[in-house]
Amino acid sequence: MFDTVLWISVTFLSLAMIGLIYRVIKGPTVADRVVALDAIGISLVSVVALVSILLDTNAFLDIILLIGILAFIGTVAFSKFLEKGVIMEYDRNGDR
Amino acid sequence: MSLLHLAVLSPLLLALLIPFLHKHFRNIHTGWFLLPLPAVLFGYFLQFISVTRHGDTVMESLPWISSLGIDFSLKIDGLGLLFALLITGIGALVVLYSIYYLSPEKEKLNTFYIYLLLFMGAMLGVVLSDNLIVLYSFWELTSFSSFLLIGYWNHKERSRYGAQKSMLITVFGGLSMLGGILLLYIITGTFSISETIAMSNEVVNHPLFTATLILFLLGAFTKSAQFPFHIWLPDAMEAPTPVSAYLHSATMVKAGIYLVARMTPVFAHSGTWVWLVAGIGVITLFWGSFSAVKQTDLKAILAFSTVSQLGMIMSLLGIGAAALHYGTIKDGYYIVAVTAAVFHLINHATFKGSLFMVTGIIDHETGTRDIRKLGGLMNFMPITFTLAIIGTFSMAGVPPFNGFLSKEMFFTGMLRVAEMDIFSLETWGILFPVIAWSASVFTFLYSMIYVFKTFTGKYQPEKLEKKPHEAPIGMLVSPVILASLVIIFGIFPNVLSHNIISPAMGSILPSLLADGESFDVHISHWHGFSPELFMTLGVIVLGLLLFKTLSKWTGIYRIFPERLSLNHLYDGGLEMIEVASRNITKTYMNGFIRTYLVYIFSFLIFILATTMIYKDAFKLDFSNVAPIRFFEVVLVLIMAVSAITILFAKSRLTSIILLGAVGYTVALFFVIFRAPDLALTQLVIETVSVALFLLAFYHLPQIRRNEERIRFKLTNALISIGVGAIVTLIALSSHSNKMFDSISQYYVENTYKKAGGENMVNVILVDFRGFDTMFEITVLGIAALGIFAMIKLRMTRGKEQE
Repeated sequence: MFDTVLWISVTFLSLAMIGLIYRVIKGPTVADRVVALDAIGISLVSVVALVSILLDTNAFLDIILLIGILAFIGTVAFSKFLEKGVIMEYDRNGDR
Repeated sequence: MSLLHLAVLSPLLLALLIPFLHKHFRNIHTGWFLLPLPAVLFGYFLQFISVTRHGDTVMESLPWISSLGIDFSLKIDGLGLLFALLITGIGALVVLYSIYYLSPEKEKLNTFYIYLLLFMGAMLGVVLSDNLIVLYSFWELTSFSSFLLIGYWNHKERSRYGAQKSMLITVFGGLSMLGGILLLYIITGTFSISETIAMSNEVVNHPLFTATLILFLLGAFTKSAQFPFHIWLPDAMEAPTPVSAYLHSATMVKAGIYLVARMTPVFAHSGTWVWLVAGIGVITLFWGSFSAVKQTDLKAILAFSTVSQLGMIMSLLGIGAAALHYGTIKDGYYIVAVTAAVFHLINHATFKGSLFMVTGIIDHETGTRDIRKLGGLMNFMPITFTLAIIGTFSMAGVPPFNGFLSKEMFFTGMLRVAEMDIFSLETWGILFPVIAWSASVFTFLYSMIYVFKTFTGKYQPEKLEKKPHEAPIGMLVSPVILASLVIIFGIFPNVLSHNIISPAMGSILPSLLADGESFDVHISHWHGFSPELFMTLGVIVLGLLLFKTLSKWTGIYRIFPERLSLNHLYDGGLEMIEVASRNITKTYMNGFIRTYLVYIFSFLIFILATTMIYKDAFKLDFSNVAPIRFFEVVLVLIMAVSAITILFAKSRLTSIILLGAVGYTVALFFVIFRAPDLALTQLVIETVSVALFLLAFYHLPQIRRNEERIRFKLTNALISIGVGAIVTLIALSSHSNKMFDSISQYYVENTYKKAGGENMVNVILVDFRGFDTMFEITVLGIAALGIFAMIKLRMTRGKEQE
């Protein structure tokens, strides 16, 4: 019973991800895509969590944390790229 | 190492010393250091005559690569000894001549004598080797040293051309011969010539026989300048005259003759051999003498004459081989051809050597070899004139010189061909004496042109660079010796017959001899009013007639178009090969990586699909697959949609994001297939690579940043679908074809017990199979250093500004 509920949840999350993928593909602006990607990342967190309950293991907890961090870093990087055109500024001394 | 080995290798060893001698004894001509060696060797080989004249042989062996059946074994028998005497004897005379011919101030003598010694040693090795591989090694060394000697004046374009041409042709033949040797080894299982001869019956009946025979003959024909491979010899005349005299008349070009003679006992039982050797020989004989008449350069006349005479010897050997079928020597009726071949081989070496030296003297003393500029030299150079008379008259076959005797025997041999009743010689054999006779007319003709256009007629001082005068005595010694041999062999031919010719024949036709028997060779000047005598008379009469009317009929040489000549064919062919191969390379090497990928992938599809179809490997077996869950289907769908959308994405940014989506979905797959470590790594790596892609994307140049879709190409689509299909099929088949269980059970059991870890993946990575990890760390290190180097190292920066 519990498993069924979990499977249903995973399925819904997958459908949500399909919707997000649609947004990634369709656009129309890059910002839409980036936000969609970020949302996919967070959905992944949920999927991994549900799957690890399903598989009855705690081996995937690291992954949940990691996705969280990466999704954040990735979104920030994209955002910076969209705004400034660079991700990392080379000019350490700030002369330029 | 026996004395015999030392004798063969001594020229090569002396060649090592030449640079030191040349450097430290500047005031002595380097040639003097050389001169004793061939003379001593000549003496050394002379003493073997007492051995070989009774049909005995000397065999010395030195282990070289014994495990492969290759030993440095040397054998002295009649044939080998004859050649060894020619090489060392004429070698000594040529060295003496070259001392006076080459000036120590103007020429680089050290290189010349090193090449010459290399050649001498190689040639001795060729004729005395009993092992085919050793023979081949020396054979190639003769090609190589001949290449160096022809190109001796390497500042001249013609020299380089001639050297290249001779190299290409002789090495082509040499490699063919190597093929023949290997085939022969397959047939007999031995590289030893004597053992091969003993097994000749098996060789003849082997299916590979004809291929072996043709490959061997290719080697012999290219080396001995037989039609149509004779074209390198006239161009080899760019070499210094001593080289032409030594290599291109007396020794190297006879290596092919030697090979044919040596291999006669093995191959001669077949009609192919007889017809090819005799037929090509006769064609060469005619074509060489016919072409010699139109030449205006003295050395070119001699070159074509050499071609022609080599053809004559070759045809005699071919016909002599037919004698094997009659199996008896009692009457000696058919073997006269072999006698004539061996005798003429000696004669040709003597008179052609002296004629080349005479040419060298004329060149040296007048500054030209052009027959149109020369004339009336008789009064200036009486000794040279005498020598030329002796040489040419012997070449033309006029009594009392030795050429007359061999020509008579040549006619005898040719006439007897027509009487043979094997290999359809009874029908076509009559052609042999006819062609031979007409070729002899031309031989007579060019001999006369050579001597009379040069030494008689009008003296034209205005065309000559120097005032002609008699050569220095040192230059004359060698041709005088050779010319006296011409006369001595002409008057007393039987000096040779028992000591040299008969044992040499014994080596060529061993199966005709019972134990202790030897050929009874008797050469005489006068044998009655035979047809041969009338043929010779006819040659002389017609030759004189043609010589007198030379200017009236030389027009026939212009009928034959230059475009169809063999040289033109060679030059055109060489150019065509270059152009064609360049064009072929251009068509497929077009510089686009895309094209190369198309090749690689289509080949991949082709190879894999062919193998699968040929081996009938495709198999589907769903017995042990896991059930498919809905969730997995969704993930696959996400991945597939993202991947396919990449192809149709309009902007690069979209592609990168989609690629990231694929990567993350893969990570999710790792999760649901229970690979936490992989999932972790995959996530991090995917993020980093997406960031890198963004970086690369940002740095694309402004101008060509046209954001457009990938254009559709049918080939690319087909190939990509094909690759996908084939990989899928292989994956399915390999899953269905599981032969045995995996070895993972061992790891499951021993991860904790033996390695003390609980994470099996990590234990495998650092413990069970830590070596892979180490080198993957290395890969990462290299990649990091490489990136650093590529960013930091800008060596062209300064140059770009200039």
